[in-house]
Amino acid sequence: MFWYTKSNMAKLTRDDVLKLAGLAKLELSEDEVNKFTLEISEILGYVEQLQAVDVEGLEPTYQLTGLSNVMRPDEIVDYKIERSELMKNLPAEEDGQIKVKRVLA
Amino acid sequence: MSQWPSIKDLASDVNSGRVSASEQVEKALKTIEEKKEFNAIIATLADRARQRAKTIDDRIKAGENVGRLAGVPFIAKDNFLTFGAETTAASNILKGFEAPYQATAIERLEAEGAICVAKANLDAFAHGSSTENSDFFTTLNPHDKSKVPGGSSGGSTASVVLDMAPFALGTDTGGSIRLPASFCGAVGYKPTYGLVSRSGVVAMASSTDVIGPLTRTVADSALVLDIMAGTDELDSTSIVKDKLGYELSPTEAHLKGQKIGMISEYMSEGLEPEVKDSINMAIEALKQAGAEIVDVSLPSLPLALAVYYVICPAEVSSNLSRYDGQRYGFSQQDTTNLDDIYKQTRSIGFGNEAKRRIMIGTYVLSSGFYDAYYKKAQIVRTKLVKEFEDAFKKVDFLIGPTAPTTAFGVGENTADPLKMYLTDIMTVAVNLVGVPAISVPCPVSDNMPIGLQLIAAQHQDRKLLEIAQLAESILK
Repeated sequence: MFWYTKSNMAKLTRDDVLKLAGLAKLELSEDEVNKFTLEISEILGYVEQLQAVDVEGLEPTYQLTGLSNVMRPDEIVDYKIERSELMKNLPAEEDGQIKVKRVLA
Repeated sequence: MSQWPSIKDLASDVNSGRVSASEQVEKALKTIEEKKEFNAIIATLADRARQRAKTIDDRIKAGENVGRLAGVPFIAKDNFLTFGAETTAASNILKGFEAPYQATAIERLEAEGAICVAKANLDAFAHGSSTENSDFFTTLNPHDKSKVPGGSSGGSTASVVLDMAPFALGTDTGGSIRLPASFCGAVGYKPTYGLVSRSGVVAMASSTDVIGPLTRTVADSALVLDIMAGTDELDSTSIVKDKLGYELSPTEAHLKGQKIGMISEYMSEGLEPEVKDSINMAIEALKQAGAEIVDVSLPSLPLALAVYYVICPAEVSSNLSRYDGQRYGFSQQDTTNLDDIYKQTRSIGFGNEAKRRIMIGTYVLSSGFYDAYYKKAQIVRTKLVKEFEDAFKKVDFLIGPTAPTTAFGVGENTADPLKMYLTDIMTVAVNLVGVPAISVPCPVSDNMPIGLQLIAAQHQDRKLLEIAQLAESILK
């Protein structure tokens, strides 16, 4: 396949993957750790080609159509959504409030 | 032959009372049931659709004009928030989620009398190019059940090609409307970034996500776009629509005098010979019809996929951080503290591709690597923006294939995520620079469809649809 150079560089270690999973609030099985270590290394190897690109004098593009700071009037709008409609998807509630687990173990 | 007339004719037939909205809904639901084995549909909205049809028929009997989409059934990709069925984004983590409001796009279509009849399958959270990443099942290509329909709007596209409804809605973050359109033989339209409000659509990569139609004809896409397009106070990135609108009349534009740039990077080696031949034939036909075809080079195009696979996972990791098991969706309640509920909910609820993208995104955004990956990618993106701007100073449109191959086999690419990502190689640049593009079916000798991609400058959606309609009539 064109534009496709596989990198053999082992970019990430097992520990890197475990650390990333922790930051992203994911728990991985042993199989997943092994699989992701390889796959993510390979993908990072592929995007590595960006490092060599000369970008002298260019700024990043974060917004495409030139909009910035789009404002609206600071007014209360009634979207006609019932509180019960918003609450019906809650996994746990008590007295009409969202119930969360304790923060400290 | 489709069982549906053009969308315009269908709405006019319903408004005039010649046919009823209820008949249209039944036709759609019957076809959905008959073509079940293709796995295009996650759920139908049968009850709500029948009710809406009845209301519309009553209003028409009372002498009302119900709108430009009166009684027209449609199918929404399951990442659109709708009433009447769950909205899951084909993910386990959103299973059971009942949307408390509808997407702006859905509201606008309904306001013109359209009726959503079903929710279509996709790669979970729209992460993928084949629908094989759906947490539920894989959609099969309508032309060959051993092949994928493309993705991520594979269910929507297949549903249109299987004649379940006159149109379907998709989302296109890196090619997810155009790619399945190419693989299944439909028209797929990706508008200028911001032209259709993203409010009420499950976010993937917010700086490139757009909403668009999948249809049988360019005219149908243009009409649906016209109704969805324009600013929405619920999406601050939305932009104003063209004052002429997008609905087309049959003979507005001419190919004569149009300068079309053939993208040399997309026509280089690596293109499947069959695709190359088909695209060359299509381009020759446009030339015969009076278009001026020139070669155009956008030298940074080979970098687009690498840019995309930094920016997209970065935005994905940020957008998916909201799935915390606290407010909606799947929640692993059998835990003792808050951190555990986050971790277990996300580990069970997210599929492989979501996890992979979350972790890549977390990596490229982390403090030590942000400049080297994320910022660098955003700067290379500027290079692409400039090259497209320069190209559109020289030509009116760009042209090339939508995908380097025809539809691949189910299971063929699942073991190699990077190879799967490469499916999007000819579509992602368009998303990174925010320009509109369309995939139109090409004539094919074999049975698997091939899409011709036409691209215009930002805000030139109307001109693009006009030229695409001409191309469509020539290629038929």
